[in-house]
Amino acid sequence: MGLEEKLPSGFVLTTVEQAAGWVRKSSVFPATFGLACCAIEMMTTGAGRYDLARFGMEVFRGSPRQADLMIVAGRVSQKMAPVLRQVYDQMPSPKWVISMGVCASSGGMFNNYAIVQGVDHIVPVDIYLPGCPPRPEMLMDAILKLHQKIQGSKLGVNAEEAAREAEEAALNALPLIEMKGLLR
Amino acid sequence: MSDEQNTNSGQVPAPVDRSGEVIGVRKGMFGANNGGDTSGYGGLVRTVTLPGATSRPYGGWFDEVADELEGALEEQDLLPSEAIEKTVVDRGELTFHIAREHLPRVARTLRDDPALRFELCTGVSGVHYLGDKGRELHAVYHLRSLTHGRLIRLEVSTPDSDPHIPSLVEVYPTNDWHERETYDFFGLVFDGHPALTRIMMPDDWQGFPQRKDYPLGGIAVEYKGAQIPAPDQRRSYS
Amino acid sequence: MTTSQASSRTTTEGTVYTVTGGDWDEVVESAAKADDERIIVNMGPQHPSTHGVLRLILEIDGETVQEARCGIGYLHTGIEKNLEFRSWTQGTTFVTRMDYLTPFFNEAAYCLGVEKLLGIEDQIPDRATVLRVLLMELNRISSHLVCVATGGMELGATTIMIYGFRDRELVLDLFEMITGLRMNHAFIRPGGLAQDLPPGAVDRIREFITTMRKNLPEYDKLATGNPIFKARMQDVGYLDLAGCMALGATGPVLRSAGLPHDLRRTDPYCGYETYDFEVPTADTCDAYGRFLIRLEEMRQSLRIVEQCLDRLEPGPVMVADKKIAWPAQLALGPDGLGNSLDHIRNIMGTSMEALIHHFKLVTEGFRVPPGQTYTALESPKGELGVHVVSDGGTRPFRVHFRDPSFTNLQAMAAMCEGGQVADVIVAVASIDPVMGGVDR
Repeated sequence: MGLEEKLPSGFVLTTVEQAAGWVRKSSVFPATFGLACCAIEMMTTGAGRYDLARFGMEVFRGSPRQADLMIVAGRVSQKMAPVLRQVYDQMPSPKWVISMGVCASSGGMFNNYAIVQGVDHIVPVDIYLPGCPPRPEMLMDAILKLHQKIQGSKLGVNAEEAAREAEEAALNALPLIEMKGLLR
Repeated sequence: MSDEQNTNSGQVPAPVDRSGEVIGVRKGMFGANNGGDTSGYGGLVRTVTLPGATSRPYGGWFDEVADELEGALEEQDLLPSEAIEKTVVDRGELTFHIAREHLPRVARTLRDDPALRFELCTGVSGVHYLGDKGRELHAVYHLRSLTHGRLIRLEVSTPDSDPHIPSLVEVYPTNDWHERETYDFFGLVFDGHPALTRIMMPDDWQGFPQRKDYPLGGIAVEYKGAQIPAPDQRRSYS
Repeated sequence: MTTSQASSRTTTEGTVYTVTGGDWDEVVESAAKADDERIIVNMGPQHPSTHGVLRLILEIDGETVQEARCGIGYLHTGIEKNLEFRSWTQGTTFVTRMDYLTPFFNEAAYCLGVEKLLGIEDQIPDRATVLRVLLMELNRISSHLVCVATGGMELGATTIMIYGFRDRELVLDLFEMITGLRMNHAFIRPGGLAQDLPPGAVDRIREFITTMRKNLPEYDKLATGNPIFKARMQDVGYLDLAGCMALGATGPVLRSAGLPHDLRRTDPYCGYETYDFEVPTADTCDAYGRFLIRLEEMRQSLRIVEQCLDRLEPGPVMVADKKIAWPAQLALGPDGLGNSLDHIRNIMGTSMEALIHHFKLVTEGFRVPPGQTYTALESPKGELGVHVVSDGGTRPFRVHFRDPSFTNLQAMAAMCEGGQVADVIVAVASIDPVMGGVDR
């Protein structure tokens, strides 16, 4: 990206990180990626009662090139998958993905030939939002959590360090199937 | 089901309606398809039959429609018995089983004859009876007459080895997408359709997903440390 | 075209062309032949104004649409196949997600089909039938509101969208109170309903009717007489009666061509013949007529809802046949999930047979005699037909939905070809296709 990625680590970088995070989270532009039932709830969230404008993101961009958040709202079929990836690739970095609803997160109840079993097979997902469909309040909660994540995101050498740490943690984590017990 | 007499259960005559169309055999007590039957009735064999042909009178306006259709077909020098394989009245619905080569003519007659006037076709639905040997694939059309306020069903069957049915797009243009959908899901080829291509699945998809011999295609799901198989792989009863 | 009109000669400087100009008619003619203006535009499958993941392939010459094709299947979910691996009761959970704006219609159509196969149509309690009608009519209002709202948004009239979603929230509040969910209810079950109305529901619905009667004229004030709105909608998306019949278009599209065909009237189900309502029509065959029809249908639906409330009598909402109805009425446990401990203790302590019965009915489900049936009802989009086939098992053998969106969308080409690109959006919005229903 720009100059901010080239800064030496230290006080300047962390300050820039905070400023950039604050600016980025305050005006997230979502791309319209409504697919199924969740899309209607997403539109409801943008409409009068729930009013996403309070979080600086009421304008859903028609073009992915002007958007930095993709809300995958609904089931992703095998036919839609390449389209979804192309839309994602057209978005400029930094970009985030919310997987809205169980169908997008894991295929949900449609465990069959037609549906991609989780949109994370195609694009990296930042927030998984359960529900069928999730209530608008839940979507707003996911968005607020994403704001926190955006605020805390790292730049330059710090980003490399964070990526390294995340990878290490993932490598050391137990696979889900080995984590026994009811509460995990 | 000639071998039914040889089994133990054959000694007690089961009240099987033999007049109807046999579409399959059900074995065991609860229809467990894998894992075996532990009920002690594992040797039980029952045939599944759809309601069979009905004889006259059919009741209500059904007779009128049948008479008019037969008369109109005779006028076109087509023997009704040749075109209409059988007529079924079940649950208050009238079904004509049509020989596939005569389908367009019958449909056109049903649409144009002033006493019939089935103007609206509500599309075609494919059904795959894997157990109905020689007539595996059925195409079911529902025709609605707005003039007379009636609804009838046409059913056409073909063998799996030769899945061809004449297209009705000429008669009912609305069947364009419906026939493409049925082709996409069942592999039924509608001869004479202007552009019979896949409509729902991606163009390069292999197989016809809603046939009975096509797996559901689900994957096993990991939940709380256990693998839950896809719905079609589970132990189940039907 | 280019070289022949300019003669050339070779000099020491290179080739020199002498351009003498030509006959303009000739230039225009050759430009038309060159076909440079004709381009193919792909709208969607991800496009803000195509009502979901619809792909429109338009061949346009300047601003004129020469040829329009639809690409669908981007939301194909395989619901019909999935149903074949679930019990008859579980089927409602799937069908409700087909056309996600009209969940109650999908459920009702499916359940009417299953009930017809079972032969228990006469045993459905009156209260269940009246409540089905009530829920369906409320659903018709919410579906039409989304159609009007998104249609307005696609025209650029964002205010209509805000209005539409405002009023839809009121309906969803009712749904949430009655079924516990805003969408995808799975509330109508084979044999009746999942639950009775909660206390206070009737008053809330009456309140809603009053509010809605106040809000509906706002759409008229905002849109019906609005000159821009009319200019965009009138004579756009033209489809006459012959076209409708040939293409199988039903619902508001057919009624805008002047034929008062409404299955609630012509082939009544759920006792619609006893309700007092009008079937609005228009003779304009265009998008504006369909808009007016939808507005009027919302008013008629309010009338039907009111009549439903008046005839609600206390009583059961599920068939008495315990082979079909689950033996336990739901009594929530303290965690809000499952049956309450008291209730379970009651079942387990009193009757072993009841427990076995319950277990069999829930895990295995009831059996449906072999046969097939077609039931149709008037969804907000048109004739919603369900072809259900049973092989005598505990699971459907085949369920096919004849979704009105799917059939009506075929008319898109007939409505758009020869018109302007901007009118394609209006025409598609006036069909009101919901891709969940189109692709299933």
